[in-house]
This record gives sequence, C-alpha cells and structure tokens, in this order.
Amino acid sequence: MPSEGLEVENLHLWRGERHVLRGVCFSLTGGECLQVTGPNGSGKTTLLRAVCGLLYPEEGRVLWGGRNVRSDLRAFQGSLAYLGHEPPLKADLSARENLRYWIGVRRRLNAAALDAALERVGAGAWCDRLVRTLSAGQRRRAALAGLALLMAPLWLLDEPTTNLDTEGQQLVGTLIAEQLARGGLVLAAVHHQLPAAVREPRQLELAA
Amino acid sequence: MNPPGSTALSALASAASAAPPLSAASGTERAAVLEAARLALARDLTLAFRRRSQLVQPLAFFAMVAVLFPLTISPELARLREAAPAAVWAGALLASLLALEFLFRDDAHDGTLEQYALSGQSLTWLMFAKTAAHWLLTGLPLALMAPLVAVSLGAPGASLPGIIASVAVGSVALSLIGSIGAALTLGIKRSGALLALLVLPLSLPVLIYGARATQLAISGGPLLAPLELLAAVAVLGITLAPLAAAAAVRISLE
Repeated sequence: MPSEGLEVENLHLWRGERHVLRGVCFSLTGGECLQVTGPNGSGKTTLLRAVCGLLYPEEGRVLWGGRNVRSDLRAFQGSLAYLGHEPPLKADLSARENLRYWIGVRRRLNAAALDAALERVGAGAWCDRLVRTLSAGQRRRAALAGLALLMAPLWLLDEPTTNLDTEGQQLVGTLIAEQLARGGLVLAAVHHQLPAAVREPRQLELAA
Repeated sequence: MNPPGSTALSALASAASAAPPLSAASGTERAAVLEAARLALARDLTLAFRRRSQLVQPLAFFAMVAVLFPLTISPELARLREAAPAAVWAGALLASLLALEFLFRDDAHDGTLEQYALSGQSLTWLMFAKTAAHWLLTGLPLALMAPLVAVSLGAPGASLPGIIASVAVGSVALSLIGSIGAALTLGIKRSGALLALLVLPLSLPVLIYGARATQLAISGGPLLAPLELLAAVAVLGITLAPLAAAAAVRISLE
C-alpha cells in the first residue's frame, strides 16, 4: 500500500478572541507518530479537530497525499479515525452493538472481526453489557476496539490513555505500534508520554 | 547478545505481518451509503425501544390535548366536530415538537454526530435516516392515534382513513422541518423554546393544509387537493431538509 503523508502548513485558528493555533506546521509520513504535548488549553484538541476538518482554520492548510483535504473532505475523513475525549458510545446499547453500528456505518464488518477486536481489548466478558453499566476504562477499551476495526491509515487520538489501567495503557502502545508498523500515521495529543511500545515518537509542543 | 530493543522490534515485526492491510485505497471495504443509512436508522430504532418513556410521552401528550378540548369548549357534538381538525392538528404539531428535542441532542452529547460527520459517508443521507427513524417513532404513531382523538371529538367513522392519511403525510413534513430546527439549535442549552419559535412558523403550511384535509374528511368532502399539497410539502422537505440539517450539524460541531 502506498503510504499517504500528512502535511500541516502554517495553521492559524482563533476561538473568539483567543488565538489558539499560531502557525502550527508539521509533516508526517507513513509509519510515523507525532506526539502533541502542551499544557491545558494550549490547543491540542483544537489542533486535532482542525486537522480532521471539523474546525475551519483561519489560515493555513492541511494536505493529505499532497492534496488539500478541503478539495475532497469526505474522502479524507473516510481515511481517518478520530477518537476524542469521550468514547463515542451509546449508553443504552451494549459495547458490541455500539461497535456494530459505529463501524458498520463506515465499513463492512463481519462478526468474526468484531469478536476478535473485542477479545483483543479484553472485552470478551462484558461486551454484551449495556455501556451505561461499564466503567470509564471499559468504555475506553471498547472505543479502542472500534479504533482498531476502522482500519484507517490516519489516527487522531485525543488523550488515548485516559482512564486506562497499566495494562490498558500498554494496549494503547501496542495498537499504535501496530498501526505504525503497517505504514499508518498517528497524531496523538497527550499529557503524559505515550506508552513505551511506541518507539521514539516525534514531538510537537504547543505553547499555552 | 541481543541489543536492548530487539525483542520489541521482533514483536513489532510479527505484529506487522499479523495486522491486516489498511483500507484507504480499496473502495471495496467501504460500506455503501444506503447500508450506512440503514444502520443509522436501525440504531435509532433500537435505542428508542430501550427508552420507551421517550416514545410514549408525545403520544400521551396528544391524548391529553384531545381530552382538554371537550372539557373546555362544550360537550355538544356539533361544536366538538367543528373543533376536531384544530384539536387533531394543534395536538399533533405540539406532540411532534415535544419529540423533536430528542432527535439530535443525545447524539451530539455522546459524540455520535461527530463520528457521523467524520465517517466519510454523506452526512445528508445519515440525517435523512435519522429523520426517517424519528417519523417512524413519532409521526406514524401519531397518525395511528389520530382516529382515537378524532372519534372522541365526534368525527364520523367514515372520516377516519382520511384523517390517518392527512396526519401521516403531514407528520412527514413536520419531522423534516423539525430536523432543521433541531440541528440549528444543537449548540444551545435549554433550546426548547427557541426550537418552537423556529419550527412553528415554518410548520404553518402543514397545519393549514392538514386541518383543511381533516375538516373535509369529517364533512365528507373531497380531500385530495389538500392531501396533495401536504404531500408536496413533504417531498420538498425530503429533498431539502436533510441537506440543511447536515449543514447545521457541521456548524454545531465547530
């Protein structure tokens, strides 16, 4: 598979009176992970949302495979997986049902792949329970199963290790390492370092 | 002697060989847009049946409105019959408005709308699916309940098919108009009153044609003309409302 590259050029974004992103530039090619750090309110989430096209930057552009993503936003969004602060799960559906609908809207999904992904994140025992009865860490794990199932070349992760126990954090590391090994790209906003399985991620620090 | 990172490296290599390839280039894996819309519809229906109280509330409200009319006007059959179209339509409109608040609110809250917007699928189609689910869960039950309300207001039995038809078609238009209002008020907390102010004026044509069709059904006149006008509004809604709702949802995600 030809690996696609992500380039972010001179991104400026204002939120009301605040100049949140002040000329952010980076480029990322297949197999690379960029770890975005910075204090609270420095614009990590804003950067991720601007890259995936949910926010319109005032200046600058995002290139995917050398083309401005705004020229075909839907195709670009179809090749990325964005995981925000909260796992995008419905409280009144089970973890398995949630994944079936969430992933199924994007790609064909067979039951075996779904089972394997749930097993992988340690959800085998509780994947048929309603999400409202699950702990925050279990929800995060279910979301990670979804992330793996999306098979997207570009991952945009906002604090992926939140609420996870040590083993869960290692799981995040392994998933990211696998994504990089198959030529995928990862852009992760984190407070702490990414798990050790992610070897030498590149760094981008946003100032407050 | 192994260098320190070698085990991790070999683990990485085996992971790479085990991991299936990414699907960026292959269009075959992408779910078809109709399949995506079907799943969005199925998801909303499943959720609605897990939270039945939300389903029942607008219907109970509709029944209450119908009870209020005979109590407040007069129990006289001729006068009740005169008020029946107003009661059916004002009740149906307010009941559908009541249900509208739930259309996007939970999805916006739990990140589902965000994932829809980023799904690479047409957000317009997904909005259409959500609105279709909304109609199946409120508009259709209201249409099926309308005869009960109409009979309690003295409508003759022969008028009931016409009343069902007019509420069924009219509520399609109401759901679609409402979806625009619900999407536009997503960013606002406690948006109920604003939603009503936005949606009610736009619903006036539906109310006028619908009440006229109901009136004609009760008096035994030809109701095809107002029904066709209702259907025209519904078709206009089907073509334009999901586009507008999708645009409004994208704005609300900013």
